[in-house]
Amino acid sequence: MSTEALRPTLAQRLRLMDGRGRAAWVLVLCLAYFAALVATAAMMSESGLTTDFLHKKLAPCLEFPFGTDWLGRDMLVRTVKGLTRSLGIGLLAASVSSVVSAVLGTLSATLGRKTDAVVTTLIDLVMATPHLVLLILVSFACGGGATGVIIAVAVSHWTRLARIIRAEILQLKQAEFVMVSRKLGRSPWWIARKHMLPHIMPQFTIGLILLFPHAILHAAGLTFLGFGLSPHNPSIGILLSESMRHISTGYWWLAILPGLSLLVTVKLFDVLGNSLRVITDPKTSQE
Amino acid sequence: MHAISLRFCMGKAGRLALILSLVSVLAFTLVSLSPVDPVSAYIGIDRMQISAEQEQRIIDRWGLDRPAPERFFIWAGSVLRGDLGQSMIFNEPVTTVIGKRFVTSLWLMASAWLLSGVLGFVLGVVAGTRRNSLTDRIIRIYSYTLASTPSFWMGLVLLAVFSVALGWTPICCATPPGVSPDDATLWQRLHHLILPAATLSVIGVAQIALHTREKTIDAMNSEYALFAFAQGESRTGVAWRHAVRNVALPAVTLQFASLGELFGGSVLAEQVFSYPGLGKATVEAGIRGDVPLLLGITLFSAVFVFSGNFIADILYGVLDPRIRIGAEEAK
Amino acid sequence: MLSVRNLSIEFSRYGSGWQRKSIHPVRDLSLDIRPGEIVAVVGSSGSGKSLLAHAVLGLLPGNACATGDILFKGDRLTPRAMSRLRGKQIALIPQSVAYLNPLARVGRQVYRASRLSGRCCQGAARNTDAAFARYRLDGGVKSMFPFQVSGGMARRVLTATATAGDADLLIADEPTTGLDPEVITQSLGHLRELADAGKSVMLITHDIGAAVTIADRVAVIYAGTTVELAGADDFRGKARLRHPYTRALWNALPQQNFRYVTGNQPMEDSTVDGCIYADRCTSRTGECAEPQPLREVDNGQVRCCHA
Repeated sequence: MSTEALRPTLAQRLRLMDGRGRAAWVLVLCLAYFAALVATAAMMSESGLTTDFLHKKLAPCLEFPFGTDWLGRDMLVRTVKGLTRSLGIGLLAASVSSVVSAVLGTLSATLGRKTDAVVTTLIDLVMATPHLVLLILVSFACGGGATGVIIAVAVSHWTRLARIIRAEILQLKQAEFVMVSRKLGRSPWWIARKHMLPHIMPQFTIGLILLFPHAILHAAGLTFLGFGLSPHNPSIGILLSESMRHISTGYWWLAILPGLSLLVTVKLFDVLGNSLRVITDPKTSQE
Repeated sequence: MHAISLRFCMGKAGRLALILSLVSVLAFTLVSLSPVDPVSAYIGIDRMQISAEQEQRIIDRWGLDRPAPERFFIWAGSVLRGDLGQSMIFNEPVTTVIGKRFVTSLWLMASAWLLSGVLGFVLGVVAGTRRNSLTDRIIRIYSYTLASTPSFWMGLVLLAVFSVALGWTPICCATPPGVSPDDATLWQRLHHLILPAATLSVIGVAQIALHTREKTIDAMNSEYALFAFAQGESRTGVAWRHAVRNVALPAVTLQFASLGELFGGSVLAEQVFSYPGLGKATVEAGIRGDVPLLLGITLFSAVFVFSGNFIADILYGVLDPRIRIGAEEAK
Repeated sequence: MLSVRNLSIEFSRYGSGWQRKSIHPVRDLSLDIRPGEIVAVVGSSGSGKSLLAHAVLGLLPGNACATGDILFKGDRLTPRAMSRLRGKQIALIPQSVAYLNPLARVGRQVYRASRLSGRCCQGAARNTDAAFARYRLDGGVKSMFPFQVSGGMARRVLTATATAGDADLLIADEPTTGLDPEVITQSLGHLRELADAGKSVMLITHDIGAAVTIADRVAVIYAGTTVELAGADDFRGKARLRHPYTRALWNALPQQNFRYVTGNQPMEDSTVDGCIYADRCTSRTGECAEPQPLREVDNGQVRCCHA
């Protein structure tokens, strides 16, 4: 081995060369983006949202990178604020969903056959109709409005994660090392903490992070369809549905650019979840 | 699991009945929770135009002045007799509305389903067998970017590019303006179908390709693939003879099991293109509070999803020799 | 037929956290197999035996780095040569039916193996029938799926797959795991028949007791290193075994003394200078800290300074 190979290069020091190092960097950058987004939204003054008929329907330019809408409002400001609001709605709904899924999944797998039957039937019921149909029904039940959207998304997104958790716990209960622990006299709490939690946590965390983009997109979709309207504080979905009319007259930036930012933001969640999986999943973390 | 037998079918029929009952209870409860007045939900803006006796007759017919549980049983009784009520928005029986709109949607859903299923599978297998090659990278980039694209945004982009900027495709609807659905030619129908179908397909292909790629990589790294290599099989040989067969089976069944998502996607696509299908009808029913139609569509979509899962189960039992022969040997 | 000289395989992988570690499952493997003989490659789990088979076939994973020489019929095996010879002159008899395509019938898979070894369609079909007949498998077995075949029948099917061609070197990977004694005897008997017909067989196993019944010579592997190359007869009387590990391995058998030596073989990621067995050896001296080469002693080879 020559001595040059012994001194780590800058790229090696920053760990850009290996899969795990890259994943960690990606993780950090994603989190930085989200932080920047929220900070920008908080810092942006309301001035961009006042109607200004002098500047209406301007194409994207240096002064207005996202153009202006038919009332002269700055689309960039509207987009950033709308994005943050969409993120907020999605995150809130996803958090509620994840808690519900964790609780129901665990109860279903641990409390015996009757509870299991009830929970699985509940899951089957929620998944029996197309997702969007259920979302529309729940929104309708809540009388529309933003709260309706949050409740709708929260109530329908827990099933997949709950199924995963239930399957994991059921599998673990049968695993040999758990049975041995039980025979050796360990209490169920100890087994849960030492054996089961380390297996379930990675799956749960990653499932959680991947739940966010689903929730955000579905919330945006619902508001796009016209449920959950609150024109004073619009989310991206509302921006898009309002702008839909103007596409045929050629004002494409009103719908395309906000949608693109939504896509990029949601994509970053996916990337974040995948980097996390690269780092923690023993099967793929050797590449 | 099970070979196709009478017992299997009876079991599934029973399950369908159970699911439909639960779904109808859930849907009716949700609908009753809504702040919308039930009478307006059934009659709508025509309320001003019909006489007091007609209004009273409708109220009696559906029990609109009774508490919710009673209303539910009245409605359920009607359903079992085949009467889903009258749609307030379209002024037609709900069954007719669903029938007509479903046929329109079927064109859209079927084309998107076939296109994304076939193309997605092919791309996924190609990417999985030539891992880390240029083809794989291209397919992977395409799939990663588009898989989580919101379908309504995709529709807007396609609309802006192809209909507005280039003028190649129409802006809305299933048939040219002024032409009734019965008179439209096949070409006209297809012309209007292209963009909505493309919207759903572009995303569907990405999702399926990604998933198939994963499964193909697993198959290429499996023990039977290793042994095939040891026998002197080339990479293409292993891909075609071993990987594809083992990946195709779950792929096909997954396609059938994902009919629910297909429906959801079509709701959004139909909204963007004002395509008069079942999805758009659902949205209108939800926004304008047309309860009979909303309930009818819910039941219909539950049957739709169930059929998809049912077919997936049957296919598995038929195509996978381990299940098919295993069940026969178990008898 | 086959000559492996100083084979060493290294993998690079992640330890905990961010460090990349390199592991060395095969450190210094050498052995020879002549035509018509069975060489048993014996060692405990994790000693690198399967990797040897993969290395000869050219099927090591991408992150592996192999050094050393492998000669087949006198010529060096380059990756291109390996892909040419796989299935044609060198064949693998895998461990279980898990190595067969679960969705294809067994008969077709044997037919395919025969086609891959260079036969034309009719020749391959004839070969398949002959292989099935040779191992006394009914015609009905041909239309079975791998999951329907088990135990002794499975072993015969797997052997048929490898012999449907004309391979001169057969590598049998753990042919005795999980089988009944009669099935083991039958399965090993088939290998002996093949060797008597002039083929070479590399028998990879951890079951030294069974291996010795049919093998001509035995290569003992410890922690990825050849520690002894002995004749099968040497195992009849312990005194002729050269390396302390070989003696310990033989002693540990239930039919022998059923005694074990404490300790474990060195981990894959540790580097060991000097004798690889030194930390467990009872006759360790100062010389054992030096690197040990394979030396000729009596009619075999051993890597021990005290033999």
